Amino acid sequence: MSRVHDMGGRFGDGPVIPEPEDEVFHEEWHKRALAVTLACGSLGQWNIDVSRHMRECLDPVDYTRFSYYEIWAAGLANLLVDAGVLTREELASGAAQGSSPLEGRKLRADKVAEVLAAGGPADRPSDIAPTFQVGDRVRTRQAGNLVIPGGHTRLPGYAQTAEGRVVRYHGTHILPDSSAHRQGDAAEPLYAVAIAAKELWLHPEHPNDEVVLDLWQSYLEPVA
Amino acid sequence: MPHDHSDHEQPHALLPSDPALRVKALETILTEKGLIDPAALEDIIDTYENRIGPRNGARVVAKAWLDDGFRAALLEDATPVVADLGYYGRQGEHMVAVENTADVHNMVVCTLCSCYPWPLLGIPPGWYKSDAYRARAVREPRKVLADFGVTLPNETAVRVWDSTAEVRYLVIPQRPAGTEGMDEEALMALVSRDAMIGTALARQP
Repeated sequence: MSRVHDMGGRFGDGPVIPEPEDEVFHEEWHKRALAVTLACGSLGQWNIDVSRHMRECLDPVDYTRFSYYEIWAAGLANLLVDAGVLTREELASGAAQGSSPLEGRKLRADKVAEVLAAGGPADRPSDIAPTFQVGDRVRTRQAGNLVIPGGHTRLPGYAQTAEGRVVRYHGTHILPDSSAHRQGDAAEPLYAVAIAAKELWLHPEHPNDEVVLDLWQSYLEPVA
Repeated sequence: MPHDHSDHEQPHALLPSDPALRVKALETILTEKGLIDPAALEDIIDTYENRIGPRNGARVVAKAWLDDGFRAALLEDATPVVADLGYYGRQGEHMVAVENTADVHNMVVCTLCSCYPWPLLGIPPGWYKSDAYRARAVREPRKVLADFGVTLPNETAVRVWDSTAEVRYLVIPQRPAGTEGMDEEALMALVSRDAMIGTALARQP
């Protein structure tokens, strides 16, 4: 059921290498990849869940061998073609064929500060009432998109079918499993759920450790 | 609509394989099509290189250490409290602050991608986005802390926050002893970016 990006708990990775705080970008092209991606987001042709899912749908071999901003650049190229903003021919030739009907949506320099400051809140009103309260015991369901096999979800594989307790209620938020497939916001209650490390791992480091995940109501079942 | 592309060559493969050239090619085509303003790109880069970074978060932590009312409001509902200081925007729309104590040490990760509180900490460091951190932080946080030179007392539980939604987490480290009487600016200097992710402790004065 899982995709390559869902790597929480995986064995075999090496050490985490700390780096100094003033090192924001390592390469000049990293800056460009970030800026081009953010600027294209302003064209309004996809939402954050669509763009995340596009990166997750990279070939696992590519996802694994690409560095972080290569994943962004590859995801962006795929998004631009998928949304009909660019054509495969334009990518192959490296040149534009005509102007774009989206030209009026271009992010202008004088709007950058405003757009970045505005952000994109993910809370939405919902008719779905919260069925859990802080302190309730819950169990996660199997990971995966309920409607689309291999579709987007934010329930990681390592946290599936695990029992935990609700520690926070965040209000009603856009459901990525729907939004990533352009099926609407489908907002529903979102909770922070704490799961004991010993519930998740065969060899937990410490009996009192836990992992907290933000999980939508439809990811959860009550525990009697 | 996004779908599984494994049945044919994905569009990105049509671009040059060298990453710098790939990004350049995208930028060129998009600029020619009138979809990108090169001056806007410079502004975005300048924002995250020079204007928005972890000193914002450090100010929030120092204020929490100095003012119990601020601290209580921050832990109750962080979003409006940090927005009042001007820290709001992309990737910081829904903020939660979690406080380290003698009993609990908090640590933040995004195992599925790289979610991070941009308005408070800026662009995430390379290690935060690395496969090693994403894979290991949830299963062996204490070994990851050891990579940063941090050892916790056995009585302290580790609580790892996996940022799976659009909620972003800021760790409030424990205030070090011997900092009584220090002002906000002096306290800020003790708060590293890593301390606000939970892979470091606040510095000793």
